Amino acid sequence: MQNTRDAASPAIELTRVSRRFVSPEGKAIMALRDFNMTVKRGEFCAVVGPTGCGKSTTLSLITGLAKPSDGEVRIWGEPVTDIDPRIGFVFQSDAVFPWKSVLENVAAGPLFRGTARPDALAKARDWVRRVGLAGFEHHYPHQLSGGMRKRVALAQTFINEPEILLMDEPFSALDVQTRTLMQDELLSLWRDNGASVVFVTHDLEEAIALADRVFVLTKGPATVKRVVEIDLPRPRVTSEIRYSPRFLELSRQIWEDLKDEVHI
Amino acid sequence: METTAIKPGAAPRGVPDQLSELERLAQQRLRQRHRLVIALRLAVLVVTLGGWELAARLGWIDPFFFSMPSQILAQIVTWSVEGTAQGPLWQQVAVTLEETTLGFLIGSVLGVICGIALGRNKLLADVFSIYIKIANSVPRVVLGSVFVIAFGLGMGSKVALAVVMVFFVVFANAFQGVREADRYLIANAQILGASRRQVTTAVVIPSAMSWILASLHVSFGFALVGAVVGEFLGSRQGIGLLISVAQGSFNAAGVFAAMIVLAVVALFAEFLLTSLEKRLVKWRPPQFGDGGH
Ligand SMILES: Nc1ncnc2c1ncn2[C@@H]1O[C@H](COP(=O)(O)OP(=O)(O)O)[C@@H](O)[C@H]1O
Ligand SMILES: [Mg+2]
Repeated sequence: MQNTRDAASPAIELTRVSRRFVSPEGKAIMALRDFNMTVKRGEFCAVVGPTGCGKSTTLSLITGLAKPSDGEVRIWGEPVTDIDPRIGFVFQSDAVFPWKSVLENVAAGPLFRGTARPDALAKARDWVRRVGLAGFEHHYPHQLSGGMRKRVALAQTFINEPEILLMDEPFSALDVQTRTLMQDELLSLWRDNGASVVFVTHDLEEAIALADRVFVLTKGPATVKRVVEIDLPRPRVTSEIRYSPRFLELSRQIWEDLKDEVHI
Repeated sequence: METTAIKPGAAPRGVPDQLSELERLAQQRLRQRHRLVIALRLAVLVVTLGGWELAARLGWIDPFFFSMPSQILAQIVTWSVEGTAQGPLWQQVAVTLEETTLGFLIGSVLGVICGIALGRNKLLADVFSIYIKIANSVPRVVLGSVFVIAFGLGMGSKVALAVVMVFFVVFANAFQGVREADRYLIANAQILGASRRQVTTAVVIPSAMSWILASLHVSFGFALVGAVVGEFLGSRQGIGLLISVAQGSFNAAGVFAAMIVLAVVALFAEFLLTSLEKRLVKWRPPQFGDGGH
């Protein structure tokens, strides 16, 4: 597989991408216009922008769940045609299967992909432990807290060893303390996994705490307004880093760009 | 500073006592209320049945048309001890139950399969939905006569009518359930590597399950109606025939007695279905109101 990819090409590349929707009443909506974005291999990118500007749409174009109206989406230099097995996706809403236990939820990916059941379950057990849910293997999602369900979702995604990780406001439904814990959890999982990440959020501080680069989008139809390099050292502890002077400086700088877009 | 000082230990010792006292009173009230409800229910039953019996005996209503509880009881006893004109009572119940169960199983399996097929395939749905709508608008009991002509007086015509009664209900719910399957769950499964078939079996069917089970619940009753109406229209055995024979001989007590036998059968089936449902959807959070004891 490795040799089919152009070694120099970036992990994700969107060039002059547009995406239009036609509403059921026949009205056309432009969600993305002339959108350009490049994510290097192993890079953690965050995308911030006002609600409804087209962030989720961008991610669905990368997964191949949706097709661009114009322009081109490439991963590792090749145009996206179908859902690529090397992609992982963490959703905003609870997308864990409510009728499966924690263990079965985590094992779902390998099972779908044809791994033998005992192997898949053994691997899943290991991942359940890695996200700190040992002892909860046979619980159902409704018996877990929101933070624990998110851990299940992370294990479910990371067990497939994705090389591109897409996350759509994954922690936005959590309370502030749990969110901080989950951010650290994510960073530690990502350090071992090394995927190229696109992390969508409307939380500016979350974007700065996690990412190497932050893409600030304009209000819809979205275009990239600015890209900010986050030169904070890694490894980061998200609960502490947000008090560093550099963090505050970056935060103020990006907010200057963002606030023009979020006026009601 | 002195005014804000609290004597250590004073309040904490009093609070649990107050709480447990409160708890005890509340539980006592709950028990009392429960007893009251049961007593009132019994009272309603006694007044209704007693009033009926009394009215019939005093001649306010004609027992020939409206019968009375003691006659109905006597009829049930006679049927159980001496058997009915068509054979033992249990055999009539067994025949009706067999028709009902067969019709229920065939109708719900067909309904689930068609519902999922049409729910997952837009083209099939667009083509067939119009015909299903038309078929659904025919009063289904009318089909009973057609089935009796086509399949004769035996079991076939009753099963067919029960199937038709069940099919549309289950179909409509399975279809709706498939359509309501959460699109994020489907997208998640796809990205995790599920094929189209795996999406159907691992996501769509489980999420449609609560819709399907809800329809199974009501449709067993429909199957029973189908079987009984079929028997009523023409048959050699079954509870429906009991009713029809009793009606033909102006035996009001017989009609009521058969109704009671039917009700017992229906309640028993309801109980079985509820326990099945509980086992199948054990992953579902408890509804508001129950659980949490
Ligand atoms: N399937 C769809 N059909 C029609 N309009 C859509 C659809 N999906 C998204 N949109 C529209 O596209 C715009 C961008 O949506 P989205 O990407 O979900 O925004 P964000 O994730 O940034 O909040 C919104 O105006 C939304 O109404
Ligand atoms: Mg969104």
